[in-house]
Amino acid sequence: MMIMATAITTDPMLPQPYSVREVAKETPDTFTLRLDPENAVNRSMFQPGEFSMLWLFGVGELPISISGDPSLHDRLVYTVRSVGQATHSLVNRGVGDGVGVRGPFGAGWPLEAARGRDVIVVAGGIGLAPLRPLIYQVLQNRKDYGRLVILYGGRSPRDLLYRKELATWARNRETQVLVTVDYGGLSWRGHVGVVTTLFKYSRLQPTRSVAMVCGPEIMMRFVTRELETQGLSRDDIYLSMERNMKCAVGFCGHCQYGPHFICKDGPVFRYEQIRNLLEKYEL
Amino acid sequence: MLLLPCISGRALAAISQLAAWAGDLVVADGLLASRDVLQGDGVPEQAHRVLEASKMGELLEALKRKGYEVIGPTVRDGAIVYDKVESAKDLPAGWTDEQGPGRYRLKRRDDGTLFGYAVGPQSWKKYLHTADVRLWSAERQGVTFRILNNEAQPRHPLAFVGVRACELAAIAVQDRVLLDDKYRDPIYEGRRAGAFTIAVQCTQSAATCFCASMGTGPWVQSADLVLTELVGSKGGHRFVAWARSNRGAEVFAELPTAPATEQDSKEADAAVAAAAGEQVRSIDTAGIKELLYQNFEHPRWGNVAGRCLTCANCTMVCPTCFCTTVEDVSDVTGDHAERWRRWDSCFTQSFSYIHGGSVRTSTQSRYRQWMTHKLASWIDQFGSSGCVGCGRCITWCPVGIDITEEVAAIREGGKNGNP
Repeated sequence: MMIMATAITTDPMLPQPYSVREVAKETPDTFTLRLDPENAVNRSMFQPGEFSMLWLFGVGELPISISGDPSLHDRLVYTVRSVGQATHSLVNRGVGDGVGVRGPFGAGWPLEAARGRDVIVVAGGIGLAPLRPLIYQVLQNRKDYGRLVILYGGRSPRDLLYRKELATWARNRETQVLVTVDYGGLSWRGHVGVVTTLFKYSRLQPTRSVAMVCGPEIMMRFVTRELETQGLSRDDIYLSMERNMKCAVGFCGHCQYGPHFICKDGPVFRYEQIRNLLEKYEL
Repeated sequence: MLLLPCISGRALAAISQLAAWAGDLVVADGLLASRDVLQGDGVPEQAHRVLEASKMGELLEALKRKGYEVIGPTVRDGAIVYDKVESAKDLPAGWTDEQGPGRYRLKRRDDGTLFGYAVGPQSWKKYLHTADVRLWSAERQGVTFRILNNEAQPRHPLAFVGVRACELAAIAVQDRVLLDDKYRDPIYEGRRAGAFTIAVQCTQSAATCFCASMGTGPWVQSADLVLTELVGSKGGHRFVAWARSNRGAEVFAELPTAPATEQDSKEADAAVAAAAGEQVRSIDTAGIKELLYQNFEHPRWGNVAGRCLTCANCTMVCPTCFCTTVEDVSDVTGDHAERWRRWDSCFTQSFSYIHGGSVRTSTQSRYRQWMTHKLASWIDQFGSSGCVGCGRCITWCPVGIDITEEVAAIREGGKNGNP
């Protein structure tokens, strides 16, 4: 007997039908997709830092962080870099095309722990995408948090995400946005260097700050070291980790990271929890 | 219908084959009942009774009358495997196994025992956490699609005959992974729910067994029915048996049994004790989690990498290894897609692939991941060791890598990692 997916809500392996509403080009290889649910409204609830499994008919499934505004419940927004067959197919969807969505999954950024404190966001490359919902949340509830410092590093000026928004964010009260690139080119008049070189401009107050970090693992290793040097406690630093994922619910075993499953224990971890693992090669 | 792999997951040479289940879900007993039995809750130990070996067929018939599909040991392809058993004739009467690192041979024995072996290559995960299962299928509808949920469930609840103590422990381990965590696997749950377990305590150990050191056997703590096979003593070829659940007692009541004498019970216990006593392998589990966490860098990993072929056999035969991958397939028209879940192994390079390359490229890192997970991080994740001491990974390793020896070498802390 065959049953429509809508009749079953308990099986975490069954995708829900969404369709592409909008595809926006961010950089030459990175796109932001807005997906709207086909069946119901008000169901796309998520916490900043959580991710979904996106399934494409006849292609496959991939884990993608949610990059949209958590206060908008009628949609799910993802920023995807085209790096392989599945991501390439995803960013080439047309408006109206169906996409299967499972989730949201995982443990996101610790908004409660950040309440009343300065929030330091450190992002590398596409790592800004899972941090954007957090930035929205902080800016929408500005008085619940102290200063917002965003340190963002990209490969080159044309690889920077959300350029207009970065400028908008910088105009908010008590908000500092610092951007750097690895290679500037002739027209770039901003900062050049790795993201840790931005700390000297950031006027941190380490004891009243919480840091949220996402980027390549090697970048996060250096950023955590720098944050410690700046005087932040290891308990006040949070990282979003990445591993291969097939199920997103702790059954497939692929995303194991020492004793943790990235999919259900993370992807966001407190630095103190994983500090010893970060140093281990081929863990 | 022709199905083409799309994002092709590697088809692993799974030792067990998927039985062709199809049809409607039938769950005879609640999952709760199945699990209580395994955990030994509820029903107190019933009086020991004696079932003549010649009446084993009647036990199988009683199970069938209650609607169970009976699965048990049978001889095929030179090994004792688990499959459907129609009658007692299908059981491996008069066979035993001889096992060692990288070695398994069937041998004749002259006493006609039905369960006179240790364990074969397969475990009950063949039926509970199957090697291949279709999660769902989908039909294209213009630019979008419709998902059809048609997960496979057994037509009848399953009765497992000849479950060993280590295997009951392994089922309990997989329960903790697939049922007790943040999410529940509905496919496992459906198969597990009705499963009836008839344990047969080991009265001999293979050279690869080390359940006694893992605290998982050979004594069976609980099952629906617990049997101990006795042969060659004054009482003749018989089973000393007792029920450990209400449904076990119901099946038992339909059998022609006689009260066990004190002598029968003593003999049964001595036979199991003898099996424990003859185990030649062991793992010292004291502080094993810390031992392995602290020895992430140890020359022994390089040493074992020189022998390991990363063939994944150990993970296929392991009764607790649960890792899977998914494979999407579509037909030639492109209008019909299916998603399959298949056993996967941390020994493959693709297992840890993320954009930019695999995390664990070296053999050393993959063996270390498997063993550290099995014996150490499993404890943090699920509250128990992932190893039950069945010894299958030792027997079925083509180069005879012995997990007990590897642990001992790391504990010894040798500088060069040589055995």
